Amino acid sequence: MANDKKYWKGIAQLSNEKEFVENHAAEFAEYIPVEEFIGNKGAMETSSTNRRDFLKFLGFSTVAATLASCETPVMKVIPYVNRPDDVTPGVANWYASTYFDGFDYASVLVKTREGRPIKLEGNPLSKVTMGATNARVQASILSLYDSNRVKGPTMKVGAAWSKKSWDEVDGLIAPKLAQSKGIAILSSTIISPSTKAAIAEFSAKYKNVRHVTYDSISYSGMIKANLSSFGKASIPTYRFDMADVIVSLGADFLSNWLSPMEHARQYSSTRKLGKDKKAMSKHFQFESMLSLTGSNADERFPIKPSQIGQIALGILNGVGGAGSASSILPKEIAKVANALKNAKGKALVVCGSNDAAIQLVVNEINKSIGAIGTTIDLNNSDFTHQGDDAAVKKLVEDMGSSIDTVIFYNTNPIYTAPKVFAFEAAMKKLSLTISFAGMLDETAALCEFVCPDHHYLEAWNDYNPRSSHFSLQQPAIRPLFSTRHAQESLLSWSLNKVDFHSYIQKYWQEKLFTTQAVDFTSFWNSTLRDGVITIAPSVIPIAKGPVSNVNVVSTITDDGISFSGGTLSFDEAKKQIASIKGGKYELSVYTKTSIGNGTQSQNPWLQEMPDPITKITWDNYITMHPMDVKEMKLFGLDETEDIIVRFDQMEDKLDVVSITANGYTTKLPVWFQPGQARGTIGIAVGYGRKGFNPVIDQTGQNIYPAVGMTASGTMSYDVFDVTISDSGDEQHLIASTQSHSTIMGRNEDILRETTLASYVKDERAGNPRAEMHTYKGEQDVEKVNLWNDFDRPNHKWALAIDLNSCIGCGACIVSCNAENNVPVVGKDEVHRSREMHWIRIDRYYSSNVVKEEAESKGELGKIEMYRKMENPSFDNPKVVFQPVMCQHCNHAPCETVCPVIATTHSSEGLNQMSYNRCVGTRYCANNCPYKVRRFNWFNYTEYHRFEDTNLNPAHDLLGRMVLNPDVTVRSRGVMEKCSMCVQRIQGGKLEAKKEGKRPEDRVIKMACEQSCPTNAITFGDLNDIKSAVSELEKDGRKFEMLEEIGVRPSVFYLTKVWNREDENAHV
Amino acid sequence: MQHEASIREPLILGDRSYHEITTDIARPIESKANKYWYLVFTISVCAFIWGFSCLAYTIGTGIGQWGANKTVGWAWDITNFVWWIGIGHAGTLISAVLLLFRQKWRMAINRSAEAMTIFAVLCAAVFVTCHTGRPWLDYWLFPHANQFGSLWLNFNSPLTWDVFAVSTYLTISLVFWYLGLIPDFGAIRDRFKVQGKPLQAKIYKVLSFGWSGRARDWSRFEEVSLVLAGLSTPLVFSVHSIVSMDFATSIVPGWHTTIFPPYFVAGAVFSGFAMVSTLLLIMRKVLSLEHYVTIQHMEMMSIIITLTGSMVGVAYLSELFISWYSGVEYEGYAFLNRATGPYWWSYWGMMTCNVISPQLFWFKKVRTSLLAMFVLSIVVNIGMWFERFVIIVTSLHRDYLPSSWTMYHPTWVEIGIFIGTIGMFFTFFLLFARAFPVIALSELKTILKSSGEVPKRLRAEKEAAENTKH
Repeated sequence: MANDKKYWKGIAQLSNEKEFVENHAAEFAEYIPVEEFIGNKGAMETSSTNRRDFLKFLGFSTVAATLASCETPVMKVIPYVNRPDDVTPGVANWYASTYFDGFDYASVLVKTREGRPIKLEGNPLSKVTMGATNARVQASILSLYDSNRVKGPTMKVGAAWSKKSWDEVDGLIAPKLAQSKGIAILSSTIISPSTKAAIAEFSAKYKNVRHVTYDSISYSGMIKANLSSFGKASIPTYRFDMADVIVSLGADFLSNWLSPMEHARQYSSTRKLGKDKKAMSKHFQFESMLSLTGSNADERFPIKPSQIGQIALGILNGVGGAGSASSILPKEIAKVANALKNAKGKALVVCGSNDAAIQLVVNEINKSIGAIGTTIDLNNSDFTHQGDDAAVKKLVEDMGSSIDTVIFYNTNPIYTAPKVFAFEAAMKKLSLTISFAGMLDETAALCEFVCPDHHYLEAWNDYNPRSSHFSLQQPAIRPLFSTRHAQESLLSWSLNKVDFHSYIQKYWQEKLFTTQAVDFTSFWNSTLRDGVITIAPSVIPIAKGPVSNVNVVSTITDDGISFSGGTLSFDEAKKQIASIKGGKYELSVYTKTSIGNGTQSQNPWLQEMPDPITKITWDNYITMHPMDVKEMKLFGLDETEDIIVRFDQMEDKLDVVSITANGYTTKLPVWFQPGQARGTIGIAVGYGRKGFNPVIDQTGQNIYPAVGMTASGTMSYDVFDVTISDSGDEQHLIASTQSHSTIMGRNEDILRETTLASYVKDERAGNPRAEMHTYKGEQDVEKVNLWNDFDRPNHKWALAIDLNSCIGCGACIVSCNAENNVPVVGKDEVHRSREMHWIRIDRYYSSNVVKEEAESKGELGKIEMYRKMENPSFDNPKVVFQPVMCQHCNHAPCETVCPVIATTHSSEGLNQMSYNRCVGTRYCANNCPYKVRRFNWFNYTEYHRFEDTNLNPAHDLLGRMVLNPDVTVRSRGVMEKCSMCVQRIQGGKLEAKKEGKRPEDRVIKMACEQSCPTNAITFGDLNDIKSAVSELEKDGRKFEMLEEIGVRPSVFYLTKVWNREDENAHV
Repeated sequence: MQHEASIREPLILGDRSYHEITTDIARPIESKANKYWYLVFTISVCAFIWGFSCLAYTIGTGIGQWGANKTVGWAWDITNFVWWIGIGHAGTLISAVLLLFRQKWRMAINRSAEAMTIFAVLCAAVFVTCHTGRPWLDYWLFPHANQFGSLWLNFNSPLTWDVFAVSTYLTISLVFWYLGLIPDFGAIRDRFKVQGKPLQAKIYKVLSFGWSGRARDWSRFEEVSLVLAGLSTPLVFSVHSIVSMDFATSIVPGWHTTIFPPYFVAGAVFSGFAMVSTLLLIMRKVLSLEHYVTIQHMEMMSIIITLTGSMVGVAYLSELFISWYSGVEYEGYAFLNRATGPYWWSYWGMMTCNVISPQLFWFKKVRTSLLAMFVLSIVVNIGMWFERFVIIVTSLHRDYLPSSWTMYHPTWVEIGIFIGTIGMFFTFFLLFARAFPVIALSELKTILKSSGEVPKRLRAEKEAAENTKH
């Protein structure tokens, strides 16, 4: 039987082909006729190869063989031994996940390539963030690949850290916990039901456990006021999209306050204009420092922080409530109150203060104007900020007495706690301290154990950001280091060795699945795929988490949130407001759009992202009104002189002053800030981290310790009495990406604005066609052309930017960095005006001098006019933002001047760079009227100047994992610029081609467009007459930047429309 | 022999014979240099080495070592390039244009002016080749045969024209200069032979390409000189016109100006003559060539400096007028900014040095004073450097979008490279002065009888005697 088996060598043998039969035997020649050849004397003699030739051949072969064996660079491509089912090299996988760091919440999609997460995009299915992201969320992917992460559990032995295994630390920690008198888990806001369940399990295991929520940027005052006004200790959901009149009292709701991405998307929907929508919301802002939100306001009123309470009372009085008339800005308050009254039910007042008394008054205003139930949804609570200041204060008091163990979870009080808490002293009294910090921070440095948590992209979690909204976080990569879910740590110390993934699943199956019709696996899988799910709040509230069970009077709300701040009566609130006394200088501690509360301050993308207002990178500073600076005689300013702020001359060095607030003194450079209220200063938190990262250590100073307490017992980010003194000759170098601040009267050419009233009358208001003098008379610039027009046979890509929607937040900048491998160059290079960002947001302040005025004075076009124009209006300038990337000119000036044709035009309207061909003459950059071209001055990935820092992701082997493999990392000496995400266009075209059709409109999205929280950017094909971008091109607001120079850009803008009486008024 | 009117000043002073001319000019080659030469040479070589170390550092790490940035893409690199190219203009003008115009006074100065041209163009070449991001790929700028598919040059780009213009200019100038040297090398070879120095004789024999001094050699020499003069004359005008088109054809306010080609040529001749004056003033003193390079020569050059300086001045003023008259916002601001912006000092430096200072040459006393000429020639070259800086940096640093306005500050590296090219220039020039005949002696001898002081006097006396006889 076995012998019958016959193996063929191939079909040829089976069919017995003639050729096969012939060659079969000779397949392996056994006989090599060497002897025959050498022995054949006759053949040897007649051979043309003589001895010399033979030696030549021999020599050549030897050398060739030697050379061939020389080392050549080895490029390792490691193939999959078993290819994972869902990974196709070159094809990205997307996973829905969630970002929450205790400050920002966003539902995201994670793009992974060959198993590496490389990009985040907003999840459009989310009902909270609706697909929006911001710069901080975009940048968070980079921290996954930070080589400064804690790489495994460590224990402090003396002053040194010693590495341990997880079993070792568990073995050491569990008995210590058992002996502990009282344990506190100090965390930032936790909105994860499963985590709360894990904490509950931990609390049940040990005696005397308390969980305290401590947010570095606290909203306790608001919670307290809401508890007093509505009997509910939670923050409601705000509906800016339902409001016709929006009044903000110092709330920077577009970039930092509560849920900025959500607010920005809602807000922008009220600001969109078009053929069918000719109305927009009216936005009033009262604030002390020029915030991103304030700069977008139709009318903005600079005030001192101590005046907010009185203004709130004034507005309450104006709308018919029990307030009291205000002596500050009475006319303006009356105007605002009238607007609110007239928009009853469609108006909203928000306040950024953490003073419960003021928030209580704001609640009264909102009640009076019918906002409750319309623009404020009390039934859908916002759980993302649950900081309980009173409980934190109590904990600090108890540390060392009833509490001897503290577990720090995603919080860093040594850095963030106000000085009045004396946290460090209290911490020294503890006998056991454990931190879950994934990145060594100030608090973890003082802890006995550091049990690092996963990065969120490596971890499972679930979130409940709103009463009815749940989302899942799933790992997009295996943990890079020996880290562990913090929840698993807690559970394992509760002697429940379970992996957190199954823990969440079990929790969901038990608590959340009850009403679902399908089986749990399908429910789980679909939720995991979508990342989000809406479950009616009545079904299951946020997990009733562990509650402080000792000595603290806490209110536990229906939502399961504990709050120990108590309540406040309206009369008492009024009394507290009346007792607020302002000082000569008042300080507002604020969060920057880029750095936020500072948890991501080690992120170089965020550090290098210019602040939307000041355009400064890598630093914090004191913002001051220019006249105050003059009064302090800084910068050698003389009181008698007329102050002329030459921004380009002060770009180098700023005078440093010393500031004392709430007993805390620090030194910071002073920045002239137009729009800052007189007698106020602003300082951003999140800087001045110490000792963990050489780059970040040099940036700015910490201002958290200056935070004080309000009369109602909450943290106060406004300090009413600070002293500032000149610290002598000390100066500090700062790096700003835009040193010139006004538009120099070039409004018409660069960006166009109008008022709503004019726009309603005429679509083209403020947007006249650019004309040119020719021998035939005035002609539309479009008709004057030196060049032939090119055919765009297939596609004609274009980008529309709605200036009315853009709020200037800079999410696009970071998104572009991640998508296009844009190098980070560091403070010194930014200071030399060499930042590499492919997209920037130009910010212009209005000047007191406008051309019409200058003309009447006979100064038009004279140097006096320009000199005055260089100064922005100090008191309250109008601010406009304009995103600028490569304009992809159809008659590109860069293309004609390149001697080696390294930059060319595609038949689809894109201006392309061939990096390989670029020699680096920089002629193209000089000839670019928009100055969007960026030059690789150094080899940013290898040059040692960028080495000892973790500046550039492409420098560090771990950081390199974030690079997008679809985009070349540019070498030194070549020019680069926005490619209009050509890799995305190509990808979209290929997808469509596979399906045998043209790419659908809005399917291909630019990185900047996708991340934009306000949908200000629209990409599309102008050859497709139904595309969104074609629609926008026909809009009366359409204009091109610098139209009259005839470069025919593919990027166009839509006029900015202000909802105010006079476009030029600085209110 | 050409007859020269007695009213003309003699071009060769004193009683010099043909032989004395040869010995005077060959003296530096045959004798040892004095300590001042060594001192200056050492300084120059040090600067040269230092500059090239800076250059090596730049090439090794990236031109980020310079101060240019996203807005100001060209700064000292191109400023220095245009400056050196401009200086290089005088040589060809003197040797070619003045030859065609039969200006005999050029004979005493053309050799050194041409040498200066070559060296200046080499200095310029340093900048233009090393200012690119990847200088090792500079050969892509030439229309060479390649295997890059259809990739070749962009003939639309003024930078391509620039490469052709500068390389042609360098080639023609070099050939022209060397051609002139051949008979003189022959003379020196013969002297060394007589003095019994076979090694030197051999070197100069090679250098002289076996010059025989026969009538046929001379005839061919004359013919080729004339042809080359004809060829290089248009180059004098084309090189700087084309360099100016790098700017004129762009859309940068302050660059986009049709006046640039003539204005650049005038400026180039202006700076070139100033540099020739500077060098000759030193050389005639150090090498005792006062007989040949006379005050009259210097005066002539001063007159040309005044003429071209005034042309440049007119150009500056027309630019200002047009920027106002055109009513173009950006153009207007660019010029206001030059005069009153943060770089005002460079503009006023340029105006003072280039427009006002050469006007002093209207005074005979000034243009015949060696010290004044020396000082002013240096002032003019400083002014011309400012001019290029003003055009390049102040136009770029504030162009269309105020958001991108920024400042430019040079770094020690690029200052080092500039000093290095000055060192290189003087190193070459000092070597030239010791090894090459600094005056075209064969040419000079042709005018001894017509323009020498003694023959002229003798002839004048003879004519006077004849007149009285009649």
